[in-house]
Amino acid sequence: MFFTRAGQLAARRVADEVVILRAHDSSLFVLNPVASALWEAADGRTSLDTVVRDVICQDFDVDPETARRDASELVAALEAEGLLRTSEEPMTAADPVAHEGRPA
Amino acid sequence: MSALMQLVWDRALEQRVPLSVQFDLTYRCNERCVHCYLDHDDHGELTTAEVKDVLDQLASAGTLFLIFSGGELMLRKDLFEILGYARALGFDVKLKTNAILLGEREADRIRDLGIRSVQVSIYSHRAEVHDGITKVPGSLERSLAAIRFLRARGLHVLIANVLMRQNAGDYPHVRALAAGLGVECTLDPTITPKMDGDTSILNLRISEPQLLRVYTDKSLIADFANEPVTDEEMLDARPCSAGHTACYISPYGDVFPCVQFPLPTGNLRGQRFGDVWHQSPQMNEVREIRMRDLPTCSTCSFMTTCTRCPGLAYMEGNMKGPSSADCEKSTVRARGMAAGKDVA
Repeated sequence: MFFTRAGQLAARRVADEVVILRAHDSSLFVLNPVASALWEAADGRTSLDTVVRDVICQDFDVDPETARRDASELVAALEAEGLLRTSEEPMTAADPVAHEGRPA
Repeated sequence: MSALMQLVWDRALEQRVPLSVQFDLTYRCNERCVHCYLDHDDHGELTTAEVKDVLDQLASAGTLFLIFSGGELMLRKDLFEILGYARALGFDVKLKTNAILLGEREADRIRDLGIRSVQVSIYSHRAEVHDGITKVPGSLERSLAAIRFLRARGLHVLIANVLMRQNAGDYPHVRALAAGLGVECTLDPTITPKMDGDTSILNLRISEPQLLRVYTDKSLIADFANEPVTDEEMLDARPCSAGHTACYISPYGDVFPCVQFPLPTGNLRGQRFGDVWHQSPQMNEVREIRMRDLPTCSTCSFMTTCTRCPGLAYMEGNMKGPSSADCEKSTVRARGMAAGKDVA
């Protein structure tokens, strides 16, 4: 599974947590460190299995099976909130704001 | 503020993160509001590339909340390029504008960029009063048309109603106008000196009886109360977020603790933002101040309820002194309470 950030969001890491604001309803989300790591790895091109192996299992004290199960649940929860999009194929655009003036 | 949002601000304070920045892109303006504190000549605004570089630095510093204002920011021909760049960097963006240049096309672009809210200044429901303040005939009609364009696209709009002698009695009608448009309305009785120190516009401040009317207006009194704060807790408190989790950047790259606190701390044409934010002696001086360090205010009976602005105090000559405008507000609130009234 591949996953990327949804559009119309603002996000920034504050200390060890990522803070996300949804523009249309001003909902605020504060991700825990594991969810923050998933968020930052959500480039649409790296599979969830790869992120679990190369990021979650490296940075957190967790066995691969538990990490894979928890990461899948987290991605599903974030998708349900409209913060992530998922696909069985790699996605080209991880950047949610496809408009003029985007950074190179 | 929600508990979760408070948590974010607390984390930012602990880590000294400039979570919120107001960035004025220009001081040029197409209105000439009688109470404005700005010099509208262009003294060398940051270029598009310079603005983008500042935004890169703010993103690296941890800024999430970004307020673009002016002057009238729609006079920047590169505005939408800047907004697109800021949104792509993940900022939560709000705009402050008079909106008289904002048509349907601009409203579309603001919606598409995911701008979270647009604040528009409306001084009165009466064109002769509003236009008399802005000095632009037809400006009320144009600003209201823009608000309708934004609302039609589902955007969050906030009307800012600055109170002054000319319009002090009009705010109930402005609030009704806002309700009819489906937008929020905020009142602000603050008139500040001009940036060059000229205090002549302070004559526009509403009178004490007018202020008392506002503070005791039942329709403005919130149905919640803050937790009471003890004197001892207050003495250890920071006066406000300026320099702690927030700051202001001028169109020329000057960094100040707040838009209302014109203490120069550095300039981004010659310095990196992070260096100014973390190392400026002036910024650090502001950060070290606690209420107990204020010789007059720390012994004042209004200390726990006062909305003292350190920037206004600074403009009166001493950032550790009282701000006479806030002293007046506290006195008026106390007068309202002494009369047995609830006070906003």
